[in-house]
Amino acid sequence: MAPRAVAIIAGSALALLTLGPIAVVLIRAEGFGALRPGDLEAVRFTLWQAFLSALLSCLFAVPVARALARRRFPGRGVLVTLLGAPFILPVIVAVMGLLAVFGGSGLLNRGLGALGLPRLDIYGLHGVLLAHVFFNLPLATRMLLQGWLAIPAERFRLAASLGLTPWAQFRVLEWPLLRRILPGAFAVIFVICLTSFAVALTLGGGPRATTVELAIYQAMRFDFDLGRAALLAVIQLGLALAAGLVAWRVSVGSGFGAGLDRVQPRWDGRGWAAKAGDAGWIALVAVFLLLPLGMVILRGAPGLLLLGADSFRAAGHSLIVALGSTALCMLWALPLANRRGELLALAAIAISPLVLGTGLFLILRPFVNPFSMALPVTGLVNALMALPFALRILRPEAEAIRQDFGRLSATLGLTPRAWTMLVFLPRLRRPLGFAAGLTAALAMGDLGVIALFADPDRATLPLQVYRLMGSYQMEAASGAALLLLGLSLSLFWLLDRGGRVGAGR
Amino acid sequence: MKALTFAAGLFAASTALADDAVLTVYAPDYFVSEWGPGPKIEELFEARCACDLQFKPGDLLPRILLEGDKTEADVVIGLNTDVTKKARESGLFAPHGQDLSPLTLPIDWTDDTFLPFNYGHTAFIYDTTKVANPPASFDELLNAPDDLRLVIQDPRSSISGLALVLWVQAVYGDGAQAAWEKLAPKIVTVTRGWSESYGLFTDGEADMVLSYTTSPAYHIIAEEDETKRAAIFPEGHYFMVELAAKLAGTDQPELADQFMQFILSEDFQGMIATGNWSFPAALPQDKWPEGFQKLDLPEKALFYSEDEAAALRDEAIEAWRRALSQ
Repeated sequence: MAPRAVAIIAGSALALLTLGPIAVVLIRAEGFGALRPGDLEAVRFTLWQAFLSALLSCLFAVPVARALARRRFPGRGVLVTLLGAPFILPVIVAVMGLLAVFGGSGLLNRGLGALGLPRLDIYGLHGVLLAHVFFNLPLATRMLLQGWLAIPAERFRLAASLGLTPWAQFRVLEWPLLRRILPGAFAVIFVICLTSFAVALTLGGGPRATTVELAIYQAMRFDFDLGRAALLAVIQLGLALAAGLVAWRVSVGSGFGAGLDRVQPRWDGRGWAAKAGDAGWIALVAVFLLLPLGMVILRGAPGLLLLGADSFRAAGHSLIVALGSTALCMLWALPLANRRGELLALAAIAISPLVLGTGLFLILRPFVNPFSMALPVTGLVNALMALPFALRILRPEAEAIRQDFGRLSATLGLTPRAWTMLVFLPRLRRPLGFAAGLTAALAMGDLGVIALFADPDRATLPLQVYRLMGSYQMEAASGAALLLLGLSLSLFWLLDRGGRVGAGR
Repeated sequence: MKALTFAAGLFAASTALADDAVLTVYAPDYFVSEWGPGPKIEELFEARCACDLQFKPGDLLPRILLEGDKTEADVVIGLNTDVTKKARESGLFAPHGQDLSPLTLPIDWTDDTFLPFNYGHTAFIYDTTKVANPPASFDELLNAPDDLRLVIQDPRSSISGLALVLWVQAVYGDGAQAAWEKLAPKIVTVTRGWSESYGLFTDGEADMVLSYTTSPAYHIIAEEDETKRAAIFPEGHYFMVELAAKLAGTDQPELADQFMQFILSEDFQGMIATGNWSFPAALPQDKWPEGFQKLDLPEKALFYSEDEAAALRDEAIEAWRRALSQ
């Protein structure tokens, strides 16, 4: 069967690209290295902070997504788009934004100081968690929101006509949704936080907050101990796969059956308490996420004028990489949008970018000059890294479509092509747009591999931000960061919007 | 238009050997950026060599070790003393063959493979508007009130962070861990690299930052701001020097030699101060730019040879890690 063959090819490419680089690094190192003092502590801290970060992000995402799903208000669309912003910011920019609000001389502490209250210190495990929730709460919220919007309006109508209490409605309609989506969202966020490096280091406050990724960095760039880097990369991968397997087992349930794609009117949540609660959650998350973003904009605006031709050329490179990554990632994701594919893809984010980059370098080296491949490699790696997110977003919907319309199409004897074009893709449009927007924005903001392959003429915008900072050009760096934020958000908005055109909202 | 010439350059690069000899120089990222000395060096050197000088930025030693004897590099510029041991042992580098008498370093330098082109000392930089009485010695820093906010870099991911733990090791020896324990409450955070730390400092997140004695020169010259100063300690400051070396397997040995010679020339050295914001390695102090004359400088430079540094490194990092993990 043709679709099956495509899925197998896509899956093998994924496995090869994930495991190949580690294997190559391992061969070059002639075996695994030994762990150092502190490495086990790093593993423990990495796991603990990733667990807490994922838990908090998912926990807060539930009321926020629920509130957004059942309320309509002016600016809702803009808010939902902006909620995507933290996730795609380059880490260093996001950290600067957070510090402008929560830092020692940030807004919060200035407010506390004016009231004569003691200063709150952001540095430590709570700082790491704050940053990780800032990054990932929007992702979890959007995943849940997609799920909520996928419940057919007919179900809510039925629930209302049966006179279900809000609690009964939650149990019947919303709880199954959470059981289906939350474990996957938790796993994805857990794995993202596993590979966290700069955030944990800057906000962690010291070596207590060391992650495995830092140890990999040290082994690779400082000690040139490839064997130890490979060992740590395998440990990191193992942790991610374990998390993925747990989520895979826990995540159960199927879609809600087919509806007629009507807009969802909701009869629950009409009471003032529910309204106030929803409004409170939306306001809270808006302030928490938008204030740091606002600071990034405020500080970056003057720097925009300082940007030279180099920065704009870098922006052009980033756009090309982002669009290429997005196209590749979507083509890759469609055949893999099932349970097995999703588990496989989780491995991709758990791969240390350093190990991945070095492995690809070693693989490419005998055939071409790796540096002339800087942009294509960055595009490929970004597509690979975004694949798990795309699959997490696409899979529930893709499976629901297969389940709900598979029988119909079998009755009609649709060819795979006709099925894809007439049924599958049109119905998948909303999550597809969201996934594409996310991939594009992630690829724009990624620094990872390009730093290893960098060539002066092929810098991307995130790399340019670091270069500017490294040359004392802090103000221009803020400007470049703002440009990056603007471009990423625009790409995200365009693609996400494209997926929602005519889809009711 | 620029994109077109860039694309043409790509195609030309492989065939350039025919008409113009190419000298490939690996350099750190900051070096080749438009604010670094790279573009100017390229212009000056190409004017005298009738060749094409191509900088390739990125990681230096990890990349060369990965590439081994198949490396494209003819010369590498920007290595630090903490990697010279590993670099030397790889056998990939050749003697520079230069006369070292023009060097104006505060320490003796006799290495026949690695040629210094700039230097600086690690130092804590403070803002005079915030810190009225800066610590006048390392001991005073350790005994400063705990509300002094300090940011440093991680010795496992940053060269300046590594220099700091060696500095503490040089000053306190066996007492290094105890010294770190005293310093710990004042350390707001530890960042991955210099850029993050310095960003925190200029954003007002910290009162002092681990950087270099030359950092205030940037503020004096480029921003006419004299409020950033280095705290000078009589115990001495850890000395950092950046080096260039010629690859043994270069296919352009004459050009590479010419470039090594150019490094010690006044043309090259004259740009280092404001191009790299560090001290030129072979230029007498009276030829430094005016802003550099104003800098506070330590009397004493502390320095470990590569063998000593290699032997002490793990111990120094462990002392740091243990003290700050408590």
